[in-house]
Amino acid sequence: MSQSKGRFGIHGGQYIPETLMNAVIELENAYNHYKNDSDFNNELTALLNDYAGRPSNLYYAEKLTEELGGAKIYLKREDLNHTGSHKINNVLGQALLAKKMGKTRLIAETGAGQHGVATATAAALMGMECVVFMGEEDTKRQALNVYRMKLLGSEVIPVKAGTATLKDAVSEAMREWTSRIGDTHYCLGSVMGPHPFPTIVRDFQAVISRESRNQILEKEGRLPDAVIACVGGGSNAIGSFYHYIPDKEVRLIGCEAAGRGIDTFETAATVNTGSVGIFHGMKSYFCQDKYGQIAPVYSISAGLDYPGVGPEHAYLHDIGRAEYVPITDDEAVNAFEYLSRTEGIIPAIESAHAVAYAMKLAPTMDKDKILIITVSGRGDKDCAAIARYRGEEIYE
Amino acid sequence: MSNIKKAFENGKAFIPFITCGDPDLETTAKIIREAEKAGADLIELGIPFSDPTAEGPVIQGANIRALSGGITTDKIFDLVTDLRKDVKIPLVFMTYANVVFSYGAENFMSRCKETGIDGIILPDLPYEEKDEFSEIAEKYDIDMISLIAPTSENRASMIAKEAKGFIYIVSSLGVTGIRNEINTDINRIVEIIRKNTDVPCAVGFGISEPRQAQKMAEISDGAIVGSAIIRIIEQYGKDSAPFVGEYVRLMKDAVSNKL
Repeated sequence: MSQSKGRFGIHGGQYIPETLMNAVIELENAYNHYKNDSDFNNELTALLNDYAGRPSNLYYAEKLTEELGGAKIYLKREDLNHTGSHKINNVLGQALLAKKMGKTRLIAETGAGQHGVATATAAALMGMECVVFMGEEDTKRQALNVYRMKLLGSEVIPVKAGTATLKDAVSEAMREWTSRIGDTHYCLGSVMGPHPFPTIVRDFQAVISRESRNQILEKEGRLPDAVIACVGGGSNAIGSFYHYIPDKEVRLIGCEAAGRGIDTFETAATVNTGSVGIFHGMKSYFCQDKYGQIAPVYSISAGLDYPGVGPEHAYLHDIGRAEYVPITDDEAVNAFEYLSRTEGIIPAIESAHAVAYAMKLAPTMDKDKILIITVSGRGDKDCAAIARYRGEEIYE
Repeated sequence: MSNIKKAFENGKAFIPFITCGDPDLETTAKIIREAEKAGADLIELGIPFSDPTAEGPVIQGANIRALSGGITTDKIFDLVTDLRKDVKIPLVFMTYANVVFSYGAENFMSRCKETGIDGIILPDLPYEEKDEFSEIAEKYDIDMISLIAPTSENRASMIAKEAKGFIYIVSSLGVTGIRNEINTDINRIVEIIRKNTDVPCAVGFGISEPRQAQKMAEISDGAIVGSAIIRIIEQYGKDSAPFVGEYVRLMKDAVSNKL
């Protein structure tokens, strides 16, 4: 009898080629060892604090709160981390783990380029070789991040297969891992893929809610009424939710990229429009047709342009612990501009999906209610694309 | 008894892989009939998947060509029904877990039995996950084929003990595709398999030349070839059948040591 591992309800598992099984088993064993190792944890904490700039601020957005006229809004400022997003939290953890395992080379997939930049950064810091796979379409929309990765000493391989976006970058990174396991760690960027990745990435991102929970208790003396984060694969969202999961009174809201709308084919809102399937090593929700062919999804946000969602989110949805709401391109772009104007904070277009939902929700809540929005990344990388969306050609 | 056993009763087996619907189903049917005539002992029928993560560029290309031609799982079951009017050799599906899961595993396996499919290979379904499908497959007498990889030495005996139909030995690291050299110690893997089961084993991934096939068949029970055949189909399109037939004849001679 065989035994499936890494399940979240019916989701998760390890649906990968036999060639990779020993690699994920080796990773799981190493992780189980080091996660309780005080030297490892001290080293990681030092890196997070001294190098990445943690803890990130929990900022009371007073103007935003007043303008929306409802709940009190706090922003968890992951955009202030080194490299400009939450991705560094996971990458420092995985790179350190890989190094302890004796690996000398990191490979990664990237959508918006934030995870790629973070991986290239960690590789530079730790003296490791780095290769990043990025959909060719995304290398165009996020040219600045391609340059950053190269500057950091990483090789960037444009992926032409399929829709030439994030899902194809993941497929290509998996193929590469299959062909070179000995010296290579696949530094997966989200809470997806085969076990143990959804657990490892979640644990490394859980620092977000570990901090925000203490910070809000300190500032307000109580827990928030809702926590809002954007969801592609779902790493910043699960990190933002994790330590609140047992606190049933805290609403957990994930914002999916609806693209041009969930009633169109140009959407990436997996939980809202998808069905249960098996892909990229996991059972979860996927945008797919009735024969299980994965749909060519679409979102203005390269980081949310993915046809699946992490298995733990699928489970939180199934048991009704978290809600997943769709946000269109238009709503996200409006929020991108709105937060920039109101608070002087330019959010990543991914994070703008979370801001957009807060703009709808906050006015419906009483003034004594509290919302935390995770600003998962900063929006510098998106300025050219948003300008184009508004019909303005600018040169980066 | 597993029908797949028959594929290994005619000396060493030669097993071609074909993506169904590349370039169209009529051509696929012609190729399969031609391959049987040319001495193929078992044929792997690929059901195309949008994102075949275990495939190299050649078979990825075949998947895209087939899907853009409108191929669906249902149309492939119809193809099998038609083939079974005269094709006698064992037929095995090769596809990805999601294709079976989304069709409903029960429904899929029962259609397999009804149309005359003998086994299924799911490259993204390792030992740890197989029960989800193999219990249903067993109910319909469909063999779930296990894969053993160059990295699986410590797992080979566990996998072999529960193997059905035949064992697919993955010759090299990486994805499917043509390789100049195969460096894995296949002998060692075959030795472990023989100790644990009498289910036959064949080697695939990277084989294209007759000499490679001969060598692999010498140390196992047969050779599997995919990408090299897809290349022929890529080149000759609707006229591929005789060319594939010629290649299969050459490779069957090679595995039978008649070069």
